[in-house]
Amino acid sequence: MIPRPFEYHVPRTLSDAIGLLNEHGDSAKLLAGGHSLLPMMKLRFAEPDHLIDLGKLTELKGIREAGKEIRIGSMTTENELIWSTLLQTRCPLVVEGARQISDPQVRYRGTIGGDISHGDPGNDHPALMIALNAVFVLQGEHGERVVPADGFFLGTYMTTLDPGEIMTEIRIPIPEAGAGSCYAKLKRKTGDFATAAAAVTLRMSGGTVSDVRIALTNVAQTAVRATDAEQALRGKPLDESAIAEAARLAMAVCDPVADLRGDVEYKTAMAGEMTRRALATAYSRAAH
Amino acid sequence: MSKKIMVSFRLNGKETDVVVEPRELLIHTLREKCLHTGPHIGCETSHCGACTVDFDGMSVKSCTMLTVQAEGAEVLTVEGLAQGGELHALQEGFMQEHGLQCGFCTPGMLMRASRLLQENPDPDEEEIRYWMAGNLCRCTGYQNIVKAVQYAARKLRGEAVETSHPLMTADTH
Repeated sequence: MIPRPFEYHVPRTLSDAIGLLNEHGDSAKLLAGGHSLLPMMKLRFAEPDHLIDLGKLTELKGIREAGKEIRIGSMTTENELIWSTLLQTRCPLVVEGARQISDPQVRYRGTIGGDISHGDPGNDHPALMIALNAVFVLQGEHGERVVPADGFFLGTYMTTLDPGEIMTEIRIPIPEAGAGSCYAKLKRKTGDFATAAAAVTLRMSGGTVSDVRIALTNVAQTAVRATDAEQALRGKPLDESAIAEAARLAMAVCDPVADLRGDVEYKTAMAGEMTRRALATAYSRAAH
Repeated sequence: MSKKIMVSFRLNGKETDVVVEPRELLIHTLREKCLHTGPHIGCETSHCGACTVDFDGMSVKSCTMLTVQAEGAEVLTVEGLAQGGELHALQEGFMQEHGLQCGFCTPGMLMRASRLLQENPDPDEEEIRYWMAGNLCRCTGYQNIVKAVQYAARKLRGEAVETSHPLMTADTH
């Protein structure tokens, strides 16, 4: 319950935050919503000497449409995602996903940028962002770079985010009209991390799948994209046997860790089942 | 190793200054320095919601916030719910509908429900259960908490409510 002592910093500008991060190096951690970091500090799994609170950086908040993208500030909270009419109408997968993350109080504080940067395979946004083909804007001392969600996640709690960088924005291509999507999450109870979950985006044309992306939550060291399953579906009708084959191929990319949520076989089977359900629901929501 | 910081915030409408180490959790400041011991601690993994307070218009688990983050904030605890000695509709609802037994989750439940009803004055049962999911209760089985929130929602909307609780029938309705 009691974290180790640390120095607290509350920068007013992004460049001050980046300056502090580079000044203190490995001994510093960024504090966003604090709903992964503080729990780890309370259990002394994390013991940073410096916390740099991004809470006053209003420039990192907000959801807006910019050309063919929706741009979400990294400090935007989960509840702000859920209540965004822009996301509800133009990118409902983010809303459906966020509604299944944790609980109301946590969603007032936890941010999309923190959920992604944490790099926990149990978190939901990593797979959602891969399914949505999102990119992340990372700001460091020497400027910004934009990296795709697919490839960002390297391992458990490991991403391509450099120690001196701050994720500032998430950019999601606005799904084309008629696209279907679904996030199917199996969990033991509300607020739990997934036993297995599947994020799907799907577009049909002329009775066949013209575009599909499938990403899985908490069944490997990172969120994983099921590319073989996608490949098997493209250009084909989405009937029951195609969905079953995609689910089988999705299971093949699973490499879950056995824990209280289940053993390897169970989680793998559930990843297949979530893939099946997410594909079927995304199909029912897509225009065809 | 870390120097103490003075933090100023409004607690139930009253200007409050505290001096804390950066690592001090808001729940501990509220309970130990401000002596508002209604908010409780039921876990150390941010699940139970017994520590829920209202913070700048949000329901937050005060065990998962640092007091230093409260600089300039508007904080409401269960102690601020009753106005002028009159119970808030939610407090009345929890009494009337038997929405508490041991009372340990109740301050957090009340504070969460008060924010919920400001955001959604007419929630259905499913919405109440979904938007109260951050608060655990060991005693009630939740059924009567749902009824208590529904009672308060009706009263706050100006609809008739029936009170039979002996502590309330004397001076109301």
